[in-house]
Amino acid sequence: MTCPTSNSVQQSLLETEGKTALPRQNGELLFTEPWESRAFGLAVTLHDQRAFAWEDFRRRLIARINEWEADPAGAQWSYYRCWLQALEDVVIGSGVLSADEVIDRVETLANRPAGYDHEHEHDHEHDHEHSH
Amino acid sequence: MSEDLIAGRAPIAVRTEALEQLLVERGLVDPAVMEKFIQTYESDVGPLNGAKVVARAWTDPEYRERLLAEGTSAIKELGFGGPQGEHIVVVENTASVHNVVVCTLCSCYPWPVLGLPPSWYKDPAYRARVVREPRTVLAEMGLDLDDDVEIKIWDSSSEVRYMVLPERPAGTGNLSEDELVALVSRDSMVGVAKVSASPEGDVQ
Repeated sequence: MTCPTSNSVQQSLLETEGKTALPRQNGELLFTEPWESRAFGLAVTLHDQRAFAWEDFRRRLIARINEWEADPAGAQWSYYRCWLQALEDVVIGSGVLSADEVIDRVETLANRPAGYDHEHEHDHEHDHEHSH
Repeated sequence: MSEDLIAGRAPIAVRTEALEQLLVERGLVDPAVMEKFIQTYESDVGPLNGAKVVARAWTDPEYRERLLAEGTSAIKELGFGGPQGEHIVVVENTASVHNVVVCTLCSCYPWPVLGLPPSWYKDPAYRARVVREPRTVLAEMGLDLDDDVEIKIWDSSSEVRYMVLPERPAGTGNLSEDELVALVSRDSMVGVAKVSASPEGDVQ
């Protein structure tokens, strides 16, 4: 996670001395990478829009976690990877988006030329991670 | 299902971005609403809410009774509610009974009072082992319980989310409700720690 610039969220995470700091964050970042918070936000927002029942999402999340647990050597454990997979499943499974359009978009984004993110617009101004 | 089709095509961050783009374009996700949700759970809602509930229960015996009898509504009295808080059951630790919360299947957790779960709560090892060998797991997390203390494990589900009402530590009789709030850690409300009169922080 490389978000060196300060913003309110980062600030509150860094406050460890305040009276409320300990019970609030207990020293742990909730999301270790930006995409994790996006995946979280998408699920909560869609559910709030009644795009799917939470129980339906939960069932799919459990299935994805089980899948990882059946083959723990396969990939490094990532809770939010299971979360994102379950979100894809519920969005496609409930007909909100088709599998084809999701795949098309994934491929389009994956095949962007290097340096795309200079034009890439994102919602947070602190979110540009240029490692080059 | 979709896994075979999508996995391997792009890193997970790109998959997330693709989903977000499509949902925003279709008007199914309002980016401002989504930012608000993330912001709320990342920085506003946290175990501080639960700490306030605990401190109230320690200082107001009638509230404590209501809390243990009907957790959701007693928690709502303090203004805390929302997703994943529809049915919260509060279980009380005593000198002879120690309660621990887990979600063996995924990560159900009372968001409105404790915020989002820490990584260890979601970890396959914690979820599996705390049921099988709770005393050992608790000891590894820094909590040694006497052999005569009964350990009860509460498995959260989509229907019920649990929160532990920890024991009020000795020597805190003269502290105000606000001062007590500062002592109550997240881990004590999940049941993997006790509240100390001088807090040292939680398991990282």
